[in-house]
Amino acid sequence: MTKYRISKTRFVDQTKTVSFTFDGKTYLGFEGDTLASALLSNGIHLVGRSFKYHRPRGIMSCGSEEPNAICQINNNTDLTEPNVRATEIELYEGLSASSQNCWPSLNFDIGGINNLISPFIPAGFYYKTFMWPKSFWKKIYEPLIRMSAGLGKSPTQPDPDIYDHKHEHCDVLVIGGGISGIISAKIAAKNNLKTILIEDKNILGGSTIYQNNKNFIIDNKKSNEWLMDEISELEKLDNLTIKTRTSLAAFHSYNYLLAKENVSDHLPLNKKNGSIRQRLWKIRADKVIVAAGAIERPLVFNNNDRPGIILSNSVKKYLDFYGVSSGLNNIIFTNNDSAYETAVSLFEKGISVKIVDIRKKSSSIIVKNAEELGIKIYWNSTVVNTFGYKKIKSIEIMNLSEDGSNVTGDKKKIQCDCLAISGGWTPMVHMHTQSGGKLDFREIDQVFVPSEKSENHINVGSCYGDFELEEIVKNTNNKVKKFLNINEDSFDKISVLCSKETEKKNIWLLPNIISENKTKSFIDFQNDSTAKDIKLALREGFKSIEHVKRYTTTGMATDQGKLSNMHALGIIADTAGVKMGTLGTTTFRPPFTPLTFGAIVGRSVGKFFDVERKTSIHEWHIQKDAKFENVGQWKRPWYYPINNENLHEAVQRESKAARNSAGILDASTLGKIDIQGSDASEFLNRVYTNAWSKLGIGKCRYGLMLNEDGMVYDDGVTTRLGENHYLMTTTTGGAANVLSKLEDYLQTEWPELDVYLTSVTDHYSTASICGPNSKEILKKLFPNKNFSDEAFPHMSYQDAIIDKIECRIMRISFTGELSYEINIESKYGKSLWENCIKAGEEYKITPYGTETMHLLRAEKGFIIVGQDTDGTMTPIDLQMDWIVSKKKYDFIGKRSLYRSDTIREDRKQLVGLLTDDPNEVLEEGAQIVSELDKKPIEMIGHVTSSYFSPNLNKSIALAVVKGGKKMKGQKLFVPMENKNINVTVSDFIFLDKENKRINA
Amino acid sequence: MFIINCPYCGERDQSEFSCGGEAHIVRPKQPTELSDDEWAEYLFMRKNIKGVQFERWNHAHGCRKWFNMVRDTSNDKIHAVYKMGEKPPVI
Ligand SMILES: [Zn+2]
Repeated sequence: MTKYRISKTRFVDQTKTVSFTFDGKTYLGFEGDTLASALLSNGIHLVGRSFKYHRPRGIMSCGSEEPNAICQINNNTDLTEPNVRATEIELYEGLSASSQNCWPSLNFDIGGINNLISPFIPAGFYYKTFMWPKSFWKKIYEPLIRMSAGLGKSPTQPDPDIYDHKHEHCDVLVIGGGISGIISAKIAAKNNLKTILIEDKNILGGSTIYQNNKNFIIDNKKSNEWLMDEISELEKLDNLTIKTRTSLAAFHSYNYLLAKENVSDHLPLNKKNGSIRQRLWKIRADKVIVAAGAIERPLVFNNNDRPGIILSNSVKKYLDFYGVSSGLNNIIFTNNDSAYETAVSLFEKGISVKIVDIRKKSSSIIVKNAEELGIKIYWNSTVVNTFGYKKIKSIEIMNLSEDGSNVTGDKKKIQCDCLAISGGWTPMVHMHTQSGGKLDFREIDQVFVPSEKSENHINVGSCYGDFELEEIVKNTNNKVKKFLNINEDSFDKISVLCSKETEKKNIWLLPNIISENKTKSFIDFQNDSTAKDIKLALREGFKSIEHVKRYTTTGMATDQGKLSNMHALGIIADTAGVKMGTLGTTTFRPPFTPLTFGAIVGRSVGKFFDVERKTSIHEWHIQKDAKFENVGQWKRPWYYPINNENLHEAVQRESKAARNSAGILDASTLGKIDIQGSDASEFLNRVYTNAWSKLGIGKCRYGLMLNEDGMVYDDGVTTRLGENHYLMTTTTGGAANVLSKLEDYLQTEWPELDVYLTSVTDHYSTASICGPNSKEILKKLFPNKNFSDEAFPHMSYQDAIIDKIECRIMRISFTGELSYEINIESKYGKSLWENCIKAGEEYKITPYGTETMHLLRAEKGFIIVGQDTDGTMTPIDLQMDWIVSKKKYDFIGKRSLYRSDTIREDRKQLVGLLTDDPNEVLEEGAQIVSELDKKPIEMIGHVTSSYFSPNLNKSIALAVVKGGKKMKGQKLFVPMENKNINVTVSDFIFLDKENKRINA
Repeated sequence: MFIINCPYCGERDQSEFSCGGEAHIVRPKQPTELSDDEWAEYLFMRKNIKGVQFERWNHAHGCRKWFNMVRDTSNDKIHAVYKMGEKPPVI
């Protein structure tokens, strides 16, 4: 045992030694320790540097509120994890941890110079100073800040651990396994309600489980003994699931809660392998009982941040739970009775302790107990300064004036190696407010407590503002019975004896003899903001707590101000002379404590990140070494390089082949919607801009779909398969949205229409063959079919059979070439494709990908919705007036086409662009200007599609330009980083304007 | 995360649904008769009430039916769900 490991406890197994490293040095602790308790048992307080001033900081608490002891876990830079609270991580064999915010080392920190210049780093410093001069930012300020500040290091490799998500449903969820949570869970589970109790520690019992004080008695047993018995009772209840090491992350509306379970974080390195690290529980509970407890408050006084200054109840927990004394010569500085329990614990273990109390007296049982033991108490006193750089050595105290606003008399210096501070207790109202609950301010205790309006959740115990043991037990019992509407008498006749606080006094910022400007009284330890900063913010005109918080960064660190928010509010209220209850609080947002990204994403990583959709022909594309492009969730062949071709080379080859002989495209990904019903034609009339009633059976037609605002939404060819039967195709990316939109109109605007929609995208595979030799290939595939233009004209469809399998042939063109599309049931897709390739061999049929398809369409001036349009283009802007029916009375978007805004002549309109240098290919997205000299240069448009066309042997581009319709022949400029490219506005159809090729 | 009582399927998790904005905005039967302002009123103007609001919802990952919902946006309490075409309840 080290000299700080004072005693044995039932919570730490001192027969099982655990070795770990901290900042490279090896130490020993025991199974059951946290990293923090093990460090303290080795006499280590200094664990980090503060964020802004790089002041030495020590372990300050024993829980999730810890602002200082945040560590880097795992020395392997590949897998290291930053910002882990030493107070929460359970010690395991092989744990390696190091301090953060220290460069070059914990003991010598260069950023400590910030501490010396701290009078020049007031609130808002980063906003004010680093603004100027601008040139300093990139080269000086930012590197300096990045090197010397920041919170930890990110791992450099993907997280190898496994995380998991699980859903859970229950009648009652109890949050918190302290005494009130245990009582609640027992009442619920004994009454046949499926109950879950979650507790973030590895052991149930909260702070009562180590309350070994004779002044706290339940049913004639010490409260810890009583609770121990209750916990063993709980284990017998079938209806109750207890989840330890599980902390609540978020409490959403409708009692939907997220909780994170540490599954293997606490296991030794050699036993972690392969097991799930953390699990995120998604819980839907009928009723929620929040028993989250309270957090002890610090006191705000000069130099209240030295290593060795620890919250009083944490000192007690380290002692009574872990058997570790934080100091051997302790002073307790308090404004309330609870700290006396710490004093008595220390005294009973033979450890030196004195008390400084800002109150004038207290006559409660526990205070009398301390007095009887002979513990020295300095009443009506406050600490005015502390000494010791890397660990506290001594303090100075003074008497308080009558009203507590000042100090009087002489300074008295007292030696110590630990200062335990207690500023009272703050109920953990985070869960309550996350769920949408409001708060009331309770003046007498200076606390915000839940204002309960919900029928589906309550707060019990100290998170509700019940602080005395007797009221916790009795109120919890009564409240839970009423809430669950059950009659359970387990706790009705319970007897509780406890010390009760009689005197209360609170001073948010303790007075000092030296001027406030020369003090450093920390409020937010993690973000280094002081009382002075808050006051400065107020002087500079910030009034709202939300603004003060952001300006001073108070409460904005990873602890979300668990220790600091109340003091910030209190000081604002005092300074501004308003009542604290009127200020409101800042918003507590989920997660309650930081979550790992792993826990958030669960299994949705790598190939499970998103659905991948592949066509039935996918394997063939892979065999041909296709490069793929993501289109929505689809994997589409982008291009098929041969002999190490790059994208450009492959596309030039593919597009030449498609125009000169034959090309083949996997078009299976296009959205396909089967439309049936007696009103199907009428329906198409209403959703497309052109007319459909007269389309003959067996014919195909291109359609353009608008939004109600007149902007182009989708396009595609629809085929009339029968009198009341159509097959609509949509863009690949737009398929799901188009179906939703059509369903919406059918169900809500036109329920009288007899129309049925079915998505059949996945049901059919499509091979699209184009090029002058495509007809010959089709003839080979379907020898019995007549492919003459008379028998099978452009824009028509016929049923056919291949290998005894039915299929549909559409003679439609994507590319402006003579083309056929063959649709077949997906399971035969690959075989159809292979047949096509075989039949096309003699014509050197060339598979082409999306890039070539885009190029071929651009040559013909065929728009691609989503590339040449962006939700602000009407068909008129696209010069597609021909497809907008003048005769139809109405269709979606029609009325918008002659709104004052859509008929403006200076709207961006589709044009072609030719570069003066035919080899210069424009960048897609590049801006277009008409005047280079005028400043600021007006951007009049941008390039939407741009390629080098091998068929035209020059660069071509589609663009949208303000008033472009009337600009044909005009010279414009595309300014790039190093040059201006001269371009001329042209027709946007570059090839075969007469449409000869589709009948070639 | 609400629990929504789909009028066709019953109670389901909010993640199965998508919201389609304000309810009871009927597409004009004769858009061509409308002035720009009247059309713009239909096209663009939507309420965003803090309090009781009538909304369209779609059971997108379920039966795919659209229906209406009365929701208090200040506390997410759902007062009623009813089918398309049914009269809105008085809240
Ligand atoms: Zn449904």
